[in-house]
Amino acid sequence: MDTQKVHIDNGVDIDAIIGARETLTAAPEAAQFVWRANSEWMGGTHTRASVEKFFGLGEEQQHRKRFTYDTDHPEIFASQDNGSTPVEFVLVGLAGCLTAGIATVAQNRRIQLRRVEATIEAGMDLQGILGIDSQVRNGFDRVKAHFDVDADATQEEIEALVAQSQKRSAVFDVITSPTDVQVEVSKSQ
Amino acid sequence: MTSYSGHSTAGFVDVLIIGAGHSGLAMSYRLSEKSIEHVILERHEVANSWFSERWESFRLLTPNWQSCLPGYRYCGANPDGFMSRNEIVDFIKRYAAYSQAPVVTHTRVCSVEAVSSGYLVHTDQGTWRARCIVIATGAFNRPVVPKIGAVVPGNVRQLTAHDYKNPDRLDEGGVLVIGASATGIQFADEISRSGRPVTLAVGEHVRIPRRYRGRDIQFWMQLCGLLDTRYDEIDDLERARRVPSPQLVGTDDFRSLDLNSLKRDGVRLTGRLAGMRDGKALFSGSLRNVCKLADLKMNRLLETIDHWIQESGYDEGCSRTERFAPTEVDPYPCLETDLASGEIETVIWATGFRPDYSWLHVPVLNRHGELRHAGGIVDSPGMYVLGLPFLRRRKSSFIHGVADDARDLCEHLVGYLDTMSTPLKLAV
Repeated sequence: MDTQKVHIDNGVDIDAIIGARETLTAAPEAAQFVWRANSEWMGGTHTRASVEKFFGLGEEQQHRKRFTYDTDHPEIFASQDNGSTPVEFVLVGLAGCLTAGIATVAQNRRIQLRRVEATIEAGMDLQGILGIDSQVRNGFDRVKAHFDVDADATQEEIEALVAQSQKRSAVFDVITSPTDVQVEVSKSQ
Repeated sequence: MTSYSGHSTAGFVDVLIIGAGHSGLAMSYRLSEKSIEHVILERHEVANSWFSERWESFRLLTPNWQSCLPGYRYCGANPDGFMSRNEIVDFIKRYAAYSQAPVVTHTRVCSVEAVSSGYLVHTDQGTWRARCIVIATGAFNRPVVPKIGAVVPGNVRQLTAHDYKNPDRLDEGGVLVIGASATGIQFADEISRSGRPVTLAVGEHVRIPRRYRGRDIQFWMQLCGLLDTRYDEIDDLERARRVPSPQLVGTDDFRSLDLNSLKRDGVRLTGRLAGMRDGKALFSGSLRNVCKLADLKMNRLLETIDHWIQESGYDEGCSRTERFAPTEVDPYPCLETDLASGEIETVIWATGFRPDYSWLHVPVLNRHGELRHAGGIVDSPGMYVLGLPFLRRRKSSFIHGVADDARDLCEHLVGYLDTMSTPLKLAV
C-alpha cells in the first residue's frame, strides 16, 4: 500500500511543528519560553488560578482567552470541594501532555488515531503531608497511567507512540526529574 | 607569523593527516593510491589511544572477521573473536607498516590556522604548511562529565571512562555507574563480578543481542545494509549521530549483556541521574520508559533482519526467529541514594565522549563545539574529518567503516587539489 496516498488527519499541523523545529534550531534564543499562572486565595482551601500570558519566540504572547481554574480539597478533608485538588491538576497536566504528544507523534508517523483514552492514578500516603511520619514523602509514591488507543496501527506501533510521547513530554519530565523551585515573598503595604 | 615563529619549519606537504589511528592510516592508504603527497602527524605512537585511553578488559564490539581497512583485513585464527586492546594496537601497527604510511610520531599538533590557500600547523616539533588537513583524531578524546559532577560529595571518588582501568583499583565499597551504553554496562558487569555492590543509572540506551539466529548481530546488520545507510538519506542526522553505543560486549562465549542479565547478577538499576540534593543522587522516574523504548527498538531491528532473511531466501540453514524477554524493572525502582552515607564510594561516569578541537583555530565549530561538516567535508576549503559517529554512514565510527568514507573523502580531496591552480608557496 502506498501510505503517501492515505489521508491521515489527527488535527495536528505537523508541517508547522517541523517548521518551528527548524526555525528554533537556527535561533535557539527564540526557543526560550516562560509559562505563568496567577492565583488568588478564595477562602478556606479554595484557590482560583488563571493563565493568560506567557513569553516565547522572543516576545510576550497571549492565549486566545483567559482560562481560570479552581482548586480546593474534598469534603472528607472538611473542605468545600470547589474544585479538584492541586495534585489532581498534576495528573490533568500529565494526561494532556502525553495525549498531545501521542497525537503529534502519530501524525508524524502517519498513523490515524480514532480514540485515545487515558486513565491516570497516583498513590499518596497522607502521613507525609500531615507530618505524621517524616520518612514518608509529601508527593506521589507512584504514578500509573493506562492508555487505550484505537488507531490504524499494530500493538507495537501504538506502544511506540506512547513511549515516544513520554520521551518528549514536558510534564512527564517535570514529574520524573527534580526541578529547582524558587519562592519569593512580599508583604502587602 | 605568530609566536610560533621561533620554531623551525618542519615542512610543507599537500595533505597533512592529524592522528595515526585506523582512520588516519586508512586515509593515508587512499591518498597513496592516488599518489598524493602527505604526512601523518601522531602525538605519541601509532594507535596510541586504543591502548592508553581504554580500560584493561576492553574489546572491540565487532568480530574480527569484520575488521578490515583499505587493502588489509584480519587474517588470524579466530575470525569470530573480538580484539583486545593489545590486539587492536597490533592490528593497526601492522597496517601502518604494511601500507608504509608516512607517520611522524611524537609530534603533537598545538594549533591549526587557515592561511591563504592552505593551513599552518604548529607542532611541538616545528611548523608545517599544508593545502589540506585531514582530522583523524577520533571521537573519544574527552570523557563527558555532566555539570552535576561538580556537586557530588567530596567523600565519593569520581572516575571517567578514561580513568577506570579495572575493578581491583577501586575502593571496596559500592559503585555507582552512570550511563548504560556499551561502556557503562561493561563496567557495571565486571565491577559487580568483583563483589562490589553496583548501581547502574540508565538513561536512553540501545539494546541489541550479541547473537541472533545463530550469527553475530553485526553479521546481520552488515548483510541487511543497515551499516551502509548514508548520512544524507536519514531523517534526523543529528539524533543519529548522538545515538549511544549499543549494549554489547565482546567475549569468548559470545554472551549478550543487557539490563536483565545485569539485574540477575545483582546490579541495581535506576533511572537516569537527574539531580543532586543534600548529598543525595536523585534518579529520574523514566526508567520504565527508556527500557520500553529500547525493547521496542530492538524488536524493530530484529523484525528488519527477519524480513531481510525471508526476502533474500537466506533462511535455509539459519536458526529460527527469536524474541528476547522484555527488560524487567523493579516494581519500585530506586529514586535516590545517599552519596554521603558511604554506601557509594565511587562514581564512574560512562556518559559519553567528545572530540577535542581545542587546537583547531579555524572557525569551523558550531555552538556545541562540534565540527561543521557535510559527510566529513569540513566547512573550510580543503579540510576533512574521519571517524566520527555516522560521519557518512552508520558504520563510520567502526574500524571497518572508515574504508568507504576515506575513499569518498579522498576523491573529494583530489578534486579540490585539482582546482588549486597556483603552486604551493612556502610562506613560513
